[in-house]
Parts: sequence; C-alpha cells; structure tokens
Amino acid sequence: MPLVRAGADQAVIRCAVVRDGRESVVELELNPGRANRARLNRSPLTRPRDILGTLSTVLFAPEDLALVKGDPAERRRFLDDLLVARQPRWAAVRADYERILKQRNALLKSAQPLLRKSERGRARRSASIVPGEDPTRAVDDALHTLDIWDGQLAECGSHLLYARLRLLRDLGPHLGTAYGAVSAAVTEAHADYRTSLSGPVAERIGRGEVPEAAQLKEAIRTTLAQSRPQEVERGVTLTGPHRDDVVLRLGDLPARGYASHGESWSLALALRLGAFALLRHDLGTDPVLILDDVFAELDAGRRTRLAELVADCEQVLITAAVPEDVPASLVGRTYAVTLGSVDPS
Amino acid sequence: MYEGAVQDLIDELGRLPGVGPKSAQRIAFHLLQADSDDVDRLVTALTEVKARVRFCTVCGNVAEAELCRICADPRRDPSLICVVEEPKDVVAIERTREFKGRYHVLGGAISPMDGVGPNDLRIKELMTRLLGGTVEEVIIATDPNLEGEATAAYLSKYLRELHVRVTRLASGLPVGGDLEYADEVTLGRAFEGRRLIDA
Repeated sequence: MPLVRAGADQAVIRCAVVRDGRESVVELELNPGRANRARLNRSPLTRPRDILGTLSTVLFAPEDLALVKGDPAERRRFLDDLLVARQPRWAAVRADYERILKQRNALLKSAQPLLRKSERGRARRSASIVPGEDPTRAVDDALHTLDIWDGQLAECGSHLLYARLRLLRDLGPHLGTAYGAVSAAVTEAHADYRTSLSGPVAERIGRGEVPEAAQLKEAIRTTLAQSRPQEVERGVTLTGPHRDDVVLRLGDLPARGYASHGESWSLALALRLGAFALLRHDLGTDPVLILDDVFAELDAGRRTRLAELVADCEQVLITAAVPEDVPASLVGRTYAVTLGSVDPS
Repeated sequence: MYEGAVQDLIDELGRLPGVGPKSAQRIAFHLLQADSDDVDRLVTALTEVKARVRFCTVCGNVAEAELCRICADPRRDPSLICVVEEPKDVVAIERTREFKGRYHVLGGAISPMDGVGPNDLRIKELMTRLLGGTVEEVIIATDPNLEGEATAAYLSKYLRELHVRVTRLASGLPVGGDLEYADEVTLGRAFEGRRLIDA
C-alpha cells in the first residue's frame, strides 16, 4: 500500500505514545525522492534513526510466511530488526557492517586482477617500503588493504554475531511457548543459528552455545583467511554474519521443506508472538501488536487461538478485508476504510 | 528547461558538490540579476583560483607557491607530522593553534566503493618524507568513520616498520556537550580512551 496519497507530495504519520507514564508525540514526514524527517515532541531530530525505540511495535503480515519458507535473508532481517527493537544502538552496528561489506566486496572486485597474481591470496614481503616503487608492491598493497577490511569486518561482524546469538538464546523459550499455544500441537519448535564460520568456535555455535565476542572475532578472521582464495576468485565476501541463517525446526525435522502449510503459518506466527513476548519481558511494557490482513490466511482453529492469545495485549491493531474473518471474541473499536476515508463503524 | 546560456549555467552549477537542481536554478537567476561588477569579481576569483593555487610539493596542502605557508615556515617543528585527509582538515586543526608541527594531506581516505585505493592517496609521498629521518612522530588525524579508520590502520601498518612514533587523535565526547546526548559509539570510545586524572 503506498503511504503517500496519489497526487500529494508528502505524507505525515503522527502518533501519541505513552511510555513510562509520559506522553510524547512522534511525527514522521515521508517525502518521496527526498529525505524523510522525524520529529519528537515537535522538535526535529537530526537523524531519523534517533526516533527508534520511542514506540515499539510487532507486525505480523502475510509476507511473514517467507520467514519459514523464504531465503536466509528473511530470517537474518527478522533477527536484526528484533535486535534494533530491543536496543536501538544496533541500528548503527548493522549499518556499519553493511558498509564494511560493500567496501570489502568493492575491493575484491576492483583488485581482482592484482589479487589473482598473489599466491593463494597471501602477501610476500616486497623489497621496497615505498608504495608503487616495486612491481610486486601493487599486489601487496591490494592484499594489505584487504587485510585492513578483514579486520574491520571481524570487529564489527563479531559484535553483530554475538548479539544475534544472545538474542536467539533469549528468544528460544518464547518461541517454543508461542508455537505450542498457536498450533495446539505436541511437536516443539526450535530455532538454531547456522553460521558461515568454520572451526571449533563454529562447532560451539552449532551446539547452541554463545562464545565470547573476542572468540567470534578470531573465528571470523581465521575463516576469512581460509576462504580468501575462493573470495578472490569469486569477488565476494563468503564469510560473516551476512551469510548466516536460522534453521527453524519442528521436532527433529527442518521446517523448510518438511512443515505443512498450516505448520508454516503457525511457525511464522510463533516467531512474531515470541518476539512480542521477548520485548514485553525486556521493556516491561507491551509493544503495539499489528496483525495486518492475517486472519484471512489462518484456518478456524488458528484464528480462535490467536484471538485468545492477543486478548491480554495492551493494544492490538487488526486490519481485515472481510469483517467476518476476525473472530467475534475480539472486541474493540472498528473503523471502515473506504476510498481513503476512515470512519467509525 | 531554459534557453541556451541560462540552462548551461544551471547545469554547470548543478555539478558542484551540495548543489541540487533547485539551488542551481536559484543561483543562476541570482547571478542573472546581479551587477556586472559582482559577477566579474566572481569570474576573477574562479580564474585566479585555477591559475594561482597549486598543491604544496611536500605536504599536498593548497599553496600559492611551491611550498605551502606551513611547510615554508621555519618555526614549525619538522619532527612532527600530522596526517589528514583534506586541506580543510588542516584549516580545522590550525584553528586550534595547538599544533606546531607540519602536515601531510592524503587527498582522501581508502574507499574501494569510490575506487580510492592506497595508490590514489599521497601515501608514497609520506613514506618518502619519513625516510629522511627527521620525523619522530606521525599523528594520524583521518576522520573517525569507517574509511578514515581503515586508512589509519593501513598507515600504521607501514609506519610501524619505519620505527617512528605513530599516534591517532583521540575520539570521544565533544567539549561543551551533554553526556546524555552522546551516541553509544562515541561514549564507548570515550570509555576506551579514558585517562588518569593527575593528582
């Protein structure tokens, strides 16, 4: 759904948030083609990302089926978004990591002809210390620059990885409970982290342990060093949190490929409800739960159980195309949205 | 689209950094309505800057002679070199009046995305300066962002081999600011770089 009305040049979203007993007004100005702006209590914020954390929400939408059936990128985004919702400072770490990755990939591509000349991607000591004076120097320069980005990637990547592992450990129990409640099934749902690293640290991650950030950093460096020949050949970074995945399991079977359509829906819903429970526990207050067009996707049993589960949430926003899709047990204010106008019904 | 010369001017202005199409249009019409004297002064300033200004052969700073004002000044300490990305960083440090050494302007920072590698920076010139043996300390004052840090890491790797003292500008809390408004990265760095208070 486009957020800006056809013909208008901007949209403004304004909401009053009550947090810790204080009311604040959040305003977001969406300017297509230009920078979006954010205001908190009528004062403009220099960086829109400073608004993060003012209002926490959990959104469940039909697209969430991709959390179970889609690419690893969907599950990484789920984890990283939840990290930011728990602690807004992760937004900066995530942005830094993306940038380091782009820089490193750009280097691997642009320096590929030079790097290929090096022996298995490792530097020799060249005769001259002054860059550009000795022909083997150019190769070494490219390799040293790559080493520098390896260091940055390991540093920033280890923080991100550590945070994800801790998040998944904390989320696990909430996910299990939510899945049980939604599916009314006896199988248990689990989420395991699958790392692109190799070596003993990776094995510990495989066993569900959370190694120290310093150990993760070392493991990233080691794996980068091992995969360098392939990376030079292919011109992309093959190791790091951007290549990781979360394997969702029902009992002993991986959900991807084995779960039925209904089970997949339950699992996607359980991930969101688990995130809700985790945030509720962390923040000491309920996030706003948004169920966007999802009742139509669920069967009768799951609809009823979802309605029961959300009954004790502080605020739930539900959208539906057909009013009868929403279980009658859910009572609240309803609005009819027709041709851009919103009216109480 | 405007006709001929006006559009040409707008296009040229629009190529300047920080000037978008709207600003370019505003500046163009301002110039169109300005006195010829004012416009002539601007034209002279533009021609002069290209004709007269050069880059210092030693440090790479902007200069009007072979050497810049700082490199030509015998009172500046030749044993200290402060490495910066751009000439405007020299101006910023000069305003502090704290630093009595000399500078080395790299002309940017390592950024593979923008096609800038170590060979595109004036690193070779820096090494040549250091081989002279008079330099005792190199202060790396690149920007405290990813690219600046990468450049600093790259330089320190080479500089260590030359047995000079290599330091990096401290990063941390802005003076006159409030602790509560500092972002986590800045605050975290300030913690790392904390120092003992002399009793």
